[in-house]
Amino acid sequence: MAKQIEIDLYARQKRLAWFLITPSVFVVLLIIAYPTIQVIVYSFMKYKLDGVTPPSFAGIDNYAFVFSDPDWWHAVWITVIFTIVSVILESVLGLVIAMVANSKFKGRTFLRVAILVPWAIPTVVSSQIWKWMVNDIYGVVNIILTNLHLLPQKIAWLATPATALPVIIAVDVWKATPFMALLLLAGLQLIPKDLYEAGSIDGATKIRQFWAITLPLVTPTLLVALIFRTLDALRVFDIFYVMVGGQGNMATMAVYNQQQLISFLDAGVGSSTSVIILIIIMLFVILYTRFSRTSFE
Amino acid sequence: MNYRLSPNRCVLPKSFLAAAAAFLLPATLQAAGVTIHFAGDSDVGEGGRWTKTLSEEWAKKTGNTLEYISRPNDATATLQQYQQYWAAKSGDVDVYMIDVIWPGIAAPHAVDLKKYFKEDEIKQHFPRIIENNTVGGKLVGWPFFTDAGVLYYRTDLLEKYGYKEPPKTWEELTEMAKKIQDGERKDGKADFQGFVFEGKASESVTCNAIEWVYSYGGGTIIDPDKKVTINNPNAIKALETAKGWVGTISPQGVVSYGEEEARNIWQNGGAAFMRNWPYAYALSADPKSPISGKFDATVLPKGGASGKNAACLGGWQLMVSAYSKNPEVAADLVRYLCSTEAQKKRAIDLSQLPTRPEVYKDPDVLAKNKWFSNAVEILNNAIARPSTVTKADYNQVSTSFFQSVNKVLSGGESAQQAVADVERVAKRIVR
Amino acid sequence: MSTTKGIDTKVAAAGLSSATKETDTKTVVLRVLFYLLVVAIIVFNLFPFVWALLSSFRPSSELFSTKLLPTQLTLAHFQAVFKDARFVAGLINSIIVAGCTVLIALGLGSLCAYALGRLPFRFKGPVLYLVLTMTMFPTIAVLSGLFVMLKTLSLFNTRQGLIVTYLIFTMPFTIWVMTQYFRSLPKELEEAAYVDGASPLKVFWDILLPLTLPGMVSTGLLAFIAAWNEFLFALTFTVTDTMKTVPVVISQFSGSSSFEQPWGSIMAGSMVVTIPLVILVMVFQYRIVEGLTAGAVKG
Repeated sequence: MAKQIEIDLYARQKRLAWFLITPSVFVVLLIIAYPTIQVIVYSFMKYKLDGVTPPSFAGIDNYAFVFSDPDWWHAVWITVIFTIVSVILESVLGLVIAMVANSKFKGRTFLRVAILVPWAIPTVVSSQIWKWMVNDIYGVVNIILTNLHLLPQKIAWLATPATALPVIIAVDVWKATPFMALLLLAGLQLIPKDLYEAGSIDGATKIRQFWAITLPLVTPTLLVALIFRTLDALRVFDIFYVMVGGQGNMATMAVYNQQQLISFLDAGVGSSTSVIILIIIMLFVILYTRFSRTSFE
Repeated sequence: MNYRLSPNRCVLPKSFLAAAAAFLLPATLQAAGVTIHFAGDSDVGEGGRWTKTLSEEWAKKTGNTLEYISRPNDATATLQQYQQYWAAKSGDVDVYMIDVIWPGIAAPHAVDLKKYFKEDEIKQHFPRIIENNTVGGKLVGWPFFTDAGVLYYRTDLLEKYGYKEPPKTWEELTEMAKKIQDGERKDGKADFQGFVFEGKASESVTCNAIEWVYSYGGGTIIDPDKKVTINNPNAIKALETAKGWVGTISPQGVVSYGEEEARNIWQNGGAAFMRNWPYAYALSADPKSPISGKFDATVLPKGGASGKNAACLGGWQLMVSAYSKNPEVAADLVRYLCSTEAQKKRAIDLSQLPTRPEVYKDPDVLAKNKWFSNAVEILNNAIARPSTVTKADYNQVSTSFFQSVNKVLSGGESAQQAVADVERVAKRIVR
Repeated sequence: MSTTKGIDTKVAAAGLSSATKETDTKTVVLRVLFYLLVVAIIVFNLFPFVWALLSSFRPSSELFSTKLLPTQLTLAHFQAVFKDARFVAGLINSIIVAGCTVLIALGLGSLCAYALGRLPFRFKGPVLYLVLTMTMFPTIAVLSGLFVMLKTLSLFNTRQGLIVTYLIFTMPFTIWVMTQYFRSLPKELEEAAYVDGASPLKVFWDILLPLTLPGMVSTGLLAFIAAWNEFLFALTFTVTDTMKTVPVVISQFSGSSSFEQPWGSIMAGSMVVTIPLVILVMVFQYRIVEGLTAGAVKG
């Protein structure tokens, strides 16, 4: 009898699952289908968007062009460095901030509000604010650093990659750490407090508690936050475009893509670039799931 | 609307006829009234507001309706938006405000304005502008207002250091800028710069650099006959001269300056010379500006005694969409907005440069903008970027050019290498 | 276990008196460091915002000077911004678009997440991959495809059209994160309910949903902010002032020429746009705490 109820329940659950999942999948497919097909088709065509020349089949010419373009590989390099450094910094700082925000102390609400402010300002605006702050003559960063004698003279931060990249990473860390912190905070709050109490009673130090309790239990949330942050970082566009847009040695993959598609009106090369970026990102996702052993079952 | 003419009256009083005409005419026009959609400067700003008001005036006068669409502030974003419309062959917009470098790209989507504007109307505008706007014989854009790169200089500082006139050559400018910069820095202004300009890797530096290259007799990258001319010793000399300014009379950061960055330093009294567009004049002359009354503007210097004056042509044009349902009415709006009266008003209200030489002689215009008397010569010598000859490939040429120039300025590449790179890209495009 | 505890407590009690003084200094030092960290975090996060706030009150002539503090304050920029009907319209559009996007994403998304996180379903892996694919495309790539699609469906230049495109980045994120939360809930809760004869839907509604509320609030907040700040799609897919969202409106503030950037107005507009979000966060922060303490008591 119990077995029968179990089977019934299982069937009901399965039916409900289909019922609940289908709308979301349907929406996803609807929105993503057309643009995806269009991009893949165009990637194999020679198509200049001048309103005159009709598209023509070009085989893998576009892909060959991209792979032989030094500007493309430089863009990949910049994107990869940016992604690795910024995501690591954001994860570490995010966790620190989340733990601080999770503790009880006066002014906790103020802190929680404060950490969300960078995320709340529109990216195009905050990029402009930062660009102004690092201005080589009137920028507040240069003024303060030279007044404190930490800098011998004012630096033109955005003029060369060596100084511009750290600045851009700093801006992105400033902007995106709140995202990590908020997700990690919610994850931290799911950890039952009695685990810590038991730990304290057993004589475990705060540090040991961190390694033994906090880290393992917050890891699932951390991995989710990690994958989204990394996907965002690999596709980074706004910050680079606003702060150093145009400088050939400071382009990311998305900036290169935009240049081909919108600026050069080359829908063929632009589309193949998009497909290449998509494949790179998919490879990353596969690696990530294998490495983190995140199971979907 | 019915009216009855008494059939027994053979001769109608003139007044009655006049009244009937006045009564009838707007009615017939109103019956024929259409809605014209005009994409112009954002009307949050002064320029856009002014244009919108004038357009609505036209609508009232002609019995049509006007719908004003604000374009994005950024020129690149504007072009992107327009291209979406053109790709969809959309009749949603009748008149577009287009940048001076877009006629080449816009040509397939534009009506040939020679259909609606006669030869004598065309001759009333600066020839260089009309030349720029004509693509393969088709007149794509009707001149709206124009722009050209000019040299701004501090009259008070020139006097202080014993100079009677602004520099005639780049060499003179370098010398004057150095002397003034050294003097001012000794006086306590540690951040004072000799010369500020736009070195940012964007269309801005294409404009600056093409002025340098042309002024040394180095051509304009690509000839109107599709010949690639950039790789020549004069062009190399021009770029090397400019490189020499970075770190000496111009700040290192100049390689990331756009128009606003340069203007901000200049307007706060932080520079002796600036290369910028005319828009900065009215802002710098504003009574609240720190340098109000202490500066003037003139034509940019030549490259050495045997060089030429150069001014990069800017400005905006009006184009009628090839997909418009009412091209003739749209052309009428264009005619109205670019008429002599409109351009005169625009010069007085907004200090924007007219495209009609005769407006520069108008006493009211000159009273408001004294320096316009220099402007005619500047505009007659204005050089257009090779956008018309390269059409949809212009961006690729410009990008290669500005990235190479930017690298030269920041020391990453030699001028020889730079011009060779640009030549390679340009040759591949005009092939 | 209890024996060990007993011994430990005794040892602890014995060493307590001598250890107390040491612990006191250590605690004080730790506390001070802790508060320094708090201050550092707050300064790091708020400085640019404060700088922008200051700039929004600075008279235009003083915006570009090397002095750190303005000599006078002005409300001119804020007045200019609020007098602009377009800005107000932009705020309303942003609220509608962001709000609806989040409601749909959370609504459909958490249902989907419940199924993926809790119910037996054969294609969980592929579905999650599919959902993730949405976020993998560079936005530039899908731009022209979406433009054509919106035009064909007559959704171009409408709020609904924008909401549809916003689901591209809000849905995947919501589904993934909520799946995570559902999975982390203990199985015992459900099993007890099932034994009592509850249906899967009832289990979801009455038991699991309230427990994932903190997750939904966090996710919803982040999704809201992402939708609120989105620029590229809004710029491309809306053209009339009645439909534009506020980041687009701010970017179109201009002076009399296309080169000028009215910093004062841009800063003032940005402040107006950011402050409602800050308030939103404050309100919902309280909710999170509430929800958790309630959950603890119940559990």
